[in-house]
Amino acid sequence: MIQSEHSDNKQIIIELQDVKKTYGCDQAVMQALRGINLQIEKGDFIAIMGPSGSGKSTCLNILGCLDTPTEGNYIFNGIKVNELDHNQRAQLRRHYLGFVFQGYNLLSRTSALENVELPLIYRGVPVKERQMLASQALDAVGLKGWEKHTPGELSGGQEQRVAIARAIVTKPEVLMADEPTGNLDTVRSHEIMDLMVELNNKQGITIVMVTHEPDMAAYAKHTVHFLDGLVESDNRNGSKK
Amino acid sequence: MLWETFILAVREIKRHVLRSLLTILGIVIGVASVIIMVTLGSGATVRVTDQIASMGSNLLMVGPGKRMGPGRDSTAPPFKIADAEAIARDISSIAAVAPSSSQSVTAVFGDENWSTTVTGTNNQYLQARNCSIQAGRKFSDSESHAGSAVCIIGETIRQKLFGDQDPVGKRMRLGKLSFLVIGLLEAKGQSSMGTDQDDIVLIPIRALQRRISGNTDVSMILVSVSDGASTEKVKEDIGSLMRERRHLSKNEEDNFNVMDMKEIANMLTGTTRVLTALLSAVAAVSLIVGGIGIMNIMLVSVTERTKEIGIRLAIGALEREVLMQFLVEAVVLSSSGGLFGIVLGLLACLGLKDILQVPFVFNPGIVITAFLFSAAVGVIFGYFPALKAARLDPIEALRHE
Repeated sequence: MIQSEHSDNKQIIIELQDVKKTYGCDQAVMQALRGINLQIEKGDFIAIMGPSGSGKSTCLNILGCLDTPTEGNYIFNGIKVNELDHNQRAQLRRHYLGFVFQGYNLLSRTSALENVELPLIYRGVPVKERQMLASQALDAVGLKGWEKHTPGELSGGQEQRVAIARAIVTKPEVLMADEPTGNLDTVRSHEIMDLMVELNNKQGITIVMVTHEPDMAAYAKHTVHFLDGLVESDNRNGSKK
Repeated sequence: MLWETFILAVREIKRHVLRSLLTILGIVIGVASVIIMVTLGSGATVRVTDQIASMGSNLLMVGPGKRMGPGRDSTAPPFKIADAEAIARDISSIAAVAPSSSQSVTAVFGDENWSTTVTGTNNQYLQARNCSIQAGRKFSDSESHAGSAVCIIGETIRQKLFGDQDPVGKRMRLGKLSFLVIGLLEAKGQSSMGTDQDDIVLIPIRALQRRISGNTDVSMILVSVSDGASTEKVKEDIGSLMRERRHLSKNEEDNFNVMDMKEIANMLTGTTRVLTALLSAVAAVSLIVGGIGIMNIMLVSVTERTKEIGIRLAIGALEREVLMQFLVEAVVLSSSGGLFGIVLGLLACLGLKDILQVPFVFNPGIVITAFLFSAAVGVIFGYFPALKAARLDPIEALRHE
């Protein structure tokens, strides 16, 4: 499935071509995205910023194959995602993508370990290996010893870290994060961001993160500003931190 | 993969104990109530049929008047012992003929007394009514002919008058006369019409006529048809013999009647059949109510679980994997509920069997039907809402709160 159309060293993994997304019908049409063009290189860490309602979350959901564009092309690793069906998109999510939600979206009454195991179950990883990988991932996000705890017994920061562990346990090509620090205090937020930077640097995972906090966006290599469903600016960050 | 899905489903069920129990409850109630009602209904039918058989299913009752029961024509001439003897002599395929007449009397023994009915008859009465002697003996020939003051009593009489004593060989008073107890009948219990079949005193018919009633009338002749012989044929034969003996001309109506126990039996089983149908209808309603309960819980829980479906889809589950999980969960819940309902229903029937005095009749058809119906409701209403949710874009399902 993976084939590169670019032979230069700047391999493009994600490309959006004039992507539009509208909600509603007839009179009550709401245009969330009005023609987004975006290229993301492999190994990049990109922050999408913008005021609420600017379409940044919608764009991330489309990138994460959770939602489909109304118009335009989405090319992931050379594959035209907008031409795939329901199940093929699920395959894409399963094998290449990790998603961290703002609201964590962990299964309740399910232990941290089992939550992290979940994507591995769908990949058909055998029980023993799955448990080992899941505890490694929990270890990587600093939750060693919390494996048996359910989301109700964890703090917001810990829940978010379980969610990150769940997203990275499959070693995805791209990690999508929708305001990963939105519900956290400053100290926890910086911890999470350090973790993201580490994943980006050490494991080479491409990260696309939506945030509205400039502090958090500063961790990224690249910042894209959205305004009213359009890309307003695309800046390479100076190498801070 | 299927085994793994099963393990995961069981784990999921355990995680949501209350929700699972509520789902199961509807199925348990539906299945158990249907099993209880139908089993008790068929038990009642069997009991009535048994009781009719115990009264003697080959029994014909010949009485004066156009019909038996209230409103009978009292002007019709009564039968005599000679009529019974004629039937025994002239009609073939007959196992027993017993002339009988009854009279209400007060039976007295020691300080105890008891109002009962004394029936004058002969030994063949026992055969015709399927009675047997548990202690003592029948009438001897000379006692029958002479109309001696001897009696055979039923279990109720023994209890009321003799208590713990052995009645055989004791003398008891019937009205003004003293009778020697020579036998005790085996207990038969209540008849299907609710009368106590053990509240009975038998004496030779000549003793009744001579010593108690003071006439030579026979109020009814019981005829038991031989096994395998046609009851209809015997009934016709008795009819023509009696017309002849009563000197009826061709255009005169019968001034007697011959009643077949089978007619009564059919009437009674018909009644219980209607009752069973009624019970089944009630059971069907409770099954439907149970089904609606299952449906509601399933619909609510799937709606509630739309977000879970969204999470699973978002992290890479395929539509069919999510559906398989919900299907397996629904099947596990429904079938465990169904099995629990079957066990509960059957246990309840075994418990009620003695209280209601109804035999336990196992009806596998209804057990399977009730189980399949509830399971189908559980599976259908667990599966289809999940199908709807699994076809959404993950983000739609995730937004669902």
